[in-house]
Amino acid sequence: MHDSSTTAVHEHHGEAHVAHNPALLHHFAEEQQQRNAASLGMWVFLATEVMFFGGLFCAYLVYRRWYFGDFAAASKSINMAMGATNTAVLICSSLTVVLAVWAAQTARRTLLIVSLILTMLLGMVFLGIKGIEYRDKFVEHHVPGASFSFENEPIPGHPGEYANPRHAQMFFSLYFVMTGLHALHMIIGLGIFTWLLIMAWKGRFSPEWHTPVEIGGLYWHFVDIVWIYLFPLLYLIDRHA
Amino acid sequence: MSMAANPITQPPIPPVAEREDYLNKEYGIWSWLLTTDHKRIALLYLLSITFFFFIGGFFALLIRLELLTPVGDLVQADSYNKIFTMHGMVMVFFFLIPSIPAVLGNFLVPLMIGAKDLAFPRINLLSWYLYIIGGALMMHCMLTGGVDTGWTFYAPFSTSFTNTNIVEAGLAIFVAGFSSILTGLNFVVTIHRMRAPGMTWSRLPLFIWAHYATSIIQLLGTPVIAVTIVLVAAERALHLGIFDPKLGGDPLLFQHLFWFYSHPAVYIMILPSMGVVTEIIACFSRKRIFGYHFVAFSSIAIAVFGFLVWAHHMFVAGISVYSALIFSFLSYAVALPSAIKVFNWTATLYKGSIHYDAPMLYAFGFLGLFTIGGLTGLFLSALGIDVHVTDTYFVVAHFHYIMVGGAVMGYLGGIHFWWPKISGRLYPEGWARLAALIVFIGFNLTFFPQFLLGYMGMPRRYYDYSHMPEFQVLNVMSTAGATILGVGYLLPMVYLLWSMRYGKPASDNPWNAAGLEWKTTSPPPTFNFEEEPVVTWEAYNYEELDAPQKQEVPVAR
Repeated sequence: MHDSSTTAVHEHHGEAHVAHNPALLHHFAEEQQQRNAASLGMWVFLATEVMFFGGLFCAYLVYRRWYFGDFAAASKSINMAMGATNTAVLICSSLTVVLAVWAAQTARRTLLIVSLILTMLLGMVFLGIKGIEYRDKFVEHHVPGASFSFENEPIPGHPGEYANPRHAQMFFSLYFVMTGLHALHMIIGLGIFTWLLIMAWKGRFSPEWHTPVEIGGLYWHFVDIVWIYLFPLLYLIDRHA
Repeated sequence: MSMAANPITQPPIPPVAEREDYLNKEYGIWSWLLTTDHKRIALLYLLSITFFFFIGGFFALLIRLELLTPVGDLVQADSYNKIFTMHGMVMVFFFLIPSIPAVLGNFLVPLMIGAKDLAFPRINLLSWYLYIIGGALMMHCMLTGGVDTGWTFYAPFSTSFTNTNIVEAGLAIFVAGFSSILTGLNFVVTIHRMRAPGMTWSRLPLFIWAHYATSIIQLLGTPVIAVTIVLVAAERALHLGIFDPKLGGDPLLFQHLFWFYSHPAVYIMILPSMGVVTEIIACFSRKRIFGYHFVAFSSIAIAVFGFLVWAHHMFVAGISVYSALIFSFLSYAVALPSAIKVFNWTATLYKGSIHYDAPMLYAFGFLGLFTIGGLTGLFLSALGIDVHVTDTYFVVAHFHYIMVGGAVMGYLGGIHFWWPKISGRLYPEGWARLAALIVFIGFNLTFFPQFLLGYMGMPRRYYDYSHMPEFQVLNVMSTAGATILGVGYLLPMVYLLWSMRYGKPASDNPWNAAGLEWKTTSPPPTFNFEEEPVVTWEAYNYEELDAPQKQEVPVAR
C-alpha cells in the first residue's frame, strides 16, 4: 500500500548518512520533516478515499430517496445482528490500533506485537462475518444477476404493498459494491498490518521512529469510519417502524 | 531580437570538464526504469506522453481527413465513432492530464522550492508505472477494436448497448487515474513540507501555486470518476441497473458523477499551463509579476469554483431549470479568476522590456487563444446560446481553444523555456520561433472555422454531412489547418532531439531568469543543489537581477 513505500528503512543513498537514523531518507533534512511528510501524505490519501466512497454514498442516497420502500424492504433482508456485531468488532479493533501506536511510542515491544496481532484477528473476524452474510445472500438469491429473485417481499409500514424486485436489486448492487470495496480496503489493511508486525518483530520501531505504525493506524481508523457510515445506511433503514 | 544580442545576457561560461549531473550519473536501461530521481521520472513521462500525443494525433488526422469531403468516404460510421472516441480518450487521459504536471511539474517542483526530491520518490516512480500499465491497457483496447461511446462513456449506451470493450478502456482510465492521484499527492506534500529555508508561501513561484491548485483537483476529483468507472464496469458485467433507466437507474446520475471529475479535469489541464505562462511572461518582460497574490489565489479559486460548475455540461440533458440557472451563474463566476489572471499578465507586460524569444511567442499564443476559448466558454454558460449550440462544432472549437490552444501552447512554451535546464543544451532559437508561428497559424486555421460551422449548426460526431454540402469550405480550411498544425508539432520534436546532441551547451541561467531552478547547474546534479539553498529574496526579483547590468551601460554626462 502507499504508506509502506513512504517509510521503508533501506535506501541506496543511506551510506552517506551513517551517522543518522538509518530510517531517514536522503532527501529529508531531519526526522521531524520526514515524519510530517509521511503523516500529511496519509491524510491527503485519506481525503481521496473520502471522495472515492463519496461517489458511492451519493449514488446510494439518490436511490434510497427515490425507492425508499423498496430499499427498506431489501434492507430488512440483511442480517442486522451480524452487522451490529461487525460494528462492535471494528470499534474494538480501533482500540487495539491505538494501543499499538501508544506501545510503539513508549517502546513496549510485546504490547505492540500483541496489539497488532489482536487488530489483525479482529479484522479477520470482521471479514469472516461478512463472508457469512455474503453466503446467506447467495443462498437467498439476493445477489444481483440472472438468478436474482426478490418476489412478494412486503414494504415495511405499507401493508399489502410489495417491493419492486428491480429496485431491490439496485439496493443489493450498491450493497455489494459498497461493502465489497470496504472489505477490499480491510484486506489491504491486513496486508499493511502484516508488514508492521514483521517490522515490530524485528524490533525496528522505536519512540524516535514509528511513523509506519502511526500512518498504518490512520488508514485502519479510516476504514473503520467508513463502516460506521455504511452500517446505519445499509442495515438500519426504517428500523423505527 | 534574440537574447544573444541583449545586454542582460550573461557571458557564456567556458567549457569545463565533464561535470556529474542527473543525466550522466548512471547509464543503462535499469538506471532509468528503477530511478527515483524526479528529473529522470519527468523524462520517462516526457517520452511516454509524447508517444500518446502522436497516437491521439493520428486519430485526429483521420477525423480531419474524413471530414474533408461531405460524404463518408474514408471510413464507415462505426469506425468514425471509434476514431473520435479513441482520439478523445488518448488525448485527455494519456496526454493532457499528465502533460505539464507529470513532465514539467515533476522536474521543476522540487527545484523551484529548493528540495532534493519530491517527498515520496518511490511513489513517484509507481505513478509512472501505473500510467504505463494504463497506457498499455488502452493500446490493447485500441488494437482489439476500440470503444465507440465517445470519451464521455455516457450511460446507458456504455452500460447496456455498445458491444465494444468498455470494461478494458474503463480499467485503463481507472489505473491511469491513480497515477494522476499519486502525482497530486506527492506535489501537495512536497509543497507543504519540503520547501527550503526562507521559501515562504508568498515567495513561491506562481508555477508552484498553479500546481498546488491542480493537485487539489487531481486528489478530490479523480477518485469520483474512478468509482463511477467501477459502477459502469459492474453494471456492464452483471446488468445491475444503476445507470440504465430500463432497470430503474438514472443516466443523469452517471452524467453528474462523470462531469464532477471531468469538468475540473479541464482545470487540471489549463492551470499548470497558466503557471508556465506566468513564469515565461515575468522572465521575458523582465518584471515582477503584477498582482502576485491575486494570481496565486485565483489559481486556488479556479480549483474551488471548478468543482461547482459541472452541470453546465447537462443543460439539455433534463436537469431542472433552477439548477441550470445556478450552474449557469457559477460558470460565469469561474470566469472571474481566469480573467484576473489574464489582466495581471497583461499588466505585467505593460512597460516591460519584452523579448520575443520562442517561449514568449508560445505565451503570447496562449494569451490570445485562451482568451478566445474562455470568452466562448461564457457564450456556452449562457443558457439560451448553449441550447442552440449544444453538440455542435462550436463546443468542439471552444474546448480545443482551451485544451490545445491553452494547455498545449503552455506545455510547448514550458518545454522550450526549461529545455536548457532539462537537457543542458540550447535549442535552435530560429527554428523554435518558426515552429511557434506555425503552431499558432495552424491552430487558428483548424479551429476557428469550427466556431463558424458550429454556429451555423454543424453537429459534432457526424462522419457524413452530405445533406449540408455548404459546410465543406470551412471543413477544408480546418483540415488544411490541421496539416499545418501537425508540421508545427513535429518540428520541435525534431530540433529538440537534434539539440540534445548538437545544441550549444547551456549556461546555468541562459535567460537570466529568477527562480531557484536557475541557481543550480544545467543539467542539475541528482540531488539538485550542491548545498541547501536559503531564500532571502522575493519571487520574480527581475529589477534586482537586471540592476547590475543597467549600471554598466555607459551614460553620457
